[in-house]
Amino acid sequence: MREIALHILDIMQNSTAAQANMIRVSITADPKADTLTITIEDNGCGMDSELLASVTDPFSTTRKTRRIGLGIPLMKASCERSGGSFEITSQKSIGTTVTAVYETDHIDRPVLGDLAGVITDMAASWPGVDIQLRLMYQAKQFEFSSGEAARMLGEVPLSEYSVVKWLREYINEGINEIFGGVLSEILG
Amino acid sequence: MKSLAELEAIRKNTLDQIKMRQSKDGIRVVVGMATCGIAAGARPVMNAFVEELGKRKLADVSVTMTGCIGVCRLEPIVEVFNADGSKVTYVKMDPDKAARVVAEHIVNGRVCQDLTIGAAEAADK
Repeated sequence: MREIALHILDIMQNSTAAQANMIRVSITADPKADTLTITIEDNGCGMDSELLASVTDPFSTTRKTRRIGLGIPLMKASCERSGGSFEITSQKSIGTTVTAVYETDHIDRPVLGDLAGVITDMAASWPGVDIQLRLMYQAKQFEFSSGEAARMLGEVPLSEYSVVKWLREYINEGINEIFGGVLSEILG
Repeated sequence: MKSLAELEAIRKNTLDQIKMRQSKDGIRVVVGMATCGIAAGARPVMNAFVEELGKRKLADVSVTMTGCIGVCRLEPIVEVFNADGSKVTYVKMDPDKAARVVAEHIVNGRVCQDLTIGAAEAADK
């Protein structure tokens, strides 16, 4: 995967498979530590310690169609080759949190990518799930919640083209506001 | 800076159109978006569908994502559910093919036979 946003999308799909109705993606850039930390937190069904211990193994999956699951191992490998780390914690019937850390200026760190598109499309595809995004850099913060947007929209669905277009622009503005000039791929 | 309050205006503007649409069931486009699909380029394909449908103002066609459809070697896979409930499965998609499916299948009702899973399976034999 060439973008961090694609890894995030992949992990978020696990949350929907775990019946979550809230998925919160937080991205924090810490210039002192030179880290970019991504957490994906859900309130899905969670995992017991046995499953949790096996999920970073590519030959582990809950799917019935195939015996391989690559989403988590791929993101873990992507973090580790960028001088970062990867961790999952989970509690049965409470939820799961994935924490992925990248070294911001590491040459192998993938670009953030089309994060606005990923969040918007997830919101449009899973109207019953509150998709939240929080971006942080020093004192600056940007927050978005698809649940809040859905309340403003009333009967108009999040998948409506004019809404999708607007949300993408809105989230992109937030990304530029918080990470412009901070991540080398996003101009200030 | 934009504010979420602007959604209120979008709501007012689109509400009437939506009410008109509710009577008929539209076509649904579903893009496979598991690890296999994402890695094969399903995101640009989904974007192309959204953009192309938006450009043509085909607002009663929905585009959503789903998990693994099960034939990872043929990703990106897109399923088009017609209004009558029948389904066409397109495989090895890209943004240009997505534009073609919108023009030929969704607008004109002619299935792009050469892009379907049936054509891909026949070619493999």
